[in-house]
Amino acid sequence: MIRYLYASELADHPDLAADMFRDRTTQFRDRMGWDVQVDTLGWETDAYDMLDPLYVLAEDDQGGHAGSMRFLPTTGQTMLADVFPHLTGGGPIRSGRIWESTRFCLAPGAAAGVARKLLLAASELGLGMGLTHAVGVFDQPMLRIYRRLGWQPEVLGLQDGIAAGLWTFSEQTHDILLRGCGLPARTSRGWFETAFGDIPGLGPLSTRV
Amino acid sequence: MARRLDDLLERLADAADLADLGACVHELRDLYDVEHLVYHSVRSGGEQWAALTYAPRWVDTYIEQSFQTVDPVVLSCFNRFTPVDWKRLDWSPRPARALLAEGIAHGLGNQGFSLPIRGPAGQFALFTVNHRAVDEAWSRFTNAHLNDLLLAAHYVNERALDLDGMIPPALSNLSPRETDALTLLASGASRAQAAERLKISEHTLRVYIESSRHKLGAMNTTHAVANALSRGLICL
Repeated sequence: MIRYLYASELADHPDLAADMFRDRTTQFRDRMGWDVQVDTLGWETDAYDMLDPLYVLAEDDQGGHAGSMRFLPTTGQTMLADVFPHLTGGGPIRSGRIWESTRFCLAPGAAAGVARKLLLAASELGLGMGLTHAVGVFDQPMLRIYRRLGWQPEVLGLQDGIAAGLWTFSEQTHDILLRGCGLPARTSRGWFETAFGDIPGLGPLSTRV
Repeated sequence: MARRLDDLLERLADAADLADLGACVHELRDLYDVEHLVYHSVRSGGEQWAALTYAPRWVDTYIEQSFQTVDPVVLSCFNRFTPVDWKRLDWSPRPARALLAEGIAHGLGNQGFSLPIRGPAGQFALFTVNHRAVDEAWSRFTNAHLNDLLLAAHYVNERALDLDGMIPPALSNLSPRETDALTLLASGASRAQAAERLKISEHTLRVYIESSRHKLGAMNTTHAVANALSRGLICL
């Protein structure tokens, strides 16, 4: 299942949180060779984890961490605006309807469908919150992976193998992801409503129950 | 309604100080005919400022009683950035129930929706729509107007930060690509033509339009282009 948890809610799920930060170490330091900060517990965290982000987490059947990603609104501080504004049209992108997505992470040996389920959860979040786009930075090879999963970002800028990408929220993409995951729309919407309730007037009509 | 909101946002753009902003919040309340609107801003240093339609006596009482320490809206929104219906909050603790009862006695409605908003340097703001309505009527109201009200909330926040000198020009100015996009639209190009001219996809063009809409405090693309022209940010 999918959980939408703010940083302040991770304390209610300590094992899940610890798994996520350790799996991030495995992915970003060990596998991708990024120069990231890892603490004495083996957790990879950065300054943006301190800004009360919203995490989207996929759980495996035992309730362990299968994969995750992190969101922050572009009206506040973001990695793209702080570090890579030159990759987004010569200045930072800001809007209440655009969020930044970072730290897309899969647990070692995660089941085949987890990555796609995370993208579905991101799509559910965007549509449910009335967002138009998500933006994010990632290593160029990730482009191919996103394409295979059924939701390829558009590249806004590319430098030294680092891409700034743009995901557009649409019901069409949402349907493709639902089919790819083999999940009914109400299951995905149910995970969203567990976290946020019904926020009327924001989501597109067809996804409202 | 949309036209009057456009007019109001234009006045907001012209607001010269926080008092003007407060007047706009009152007009917004009248436009949507709700009980109350509240915009409450906390700077990273902790200083606070508000533009609200609550009765002064209620504000005094709230401050005197330190209700912010038990207010479920404040407690739940502080670490978040997504809108929440007051109904979802936990009003079961006795101090929370006391707060709500006292508020209603001071003219608050029983329903509310609050949006926490983050600013670029650690600022936090809370925008609240408060209304007196049964659940069905409240649901109809939010379905029809929440989207517009949240857009307006973001713009009130942008203006407040801007008037306070809290948004560095690098963040509030249109980026070169945003300027290009609006210039082409203003000259009559379609989205497809503008995208082709800029050698970007239409999807990519849309993110620059959305970002510039936000920075210009516009409700839609047409309004954003008009704003940019009238402020001399683009020229034909």
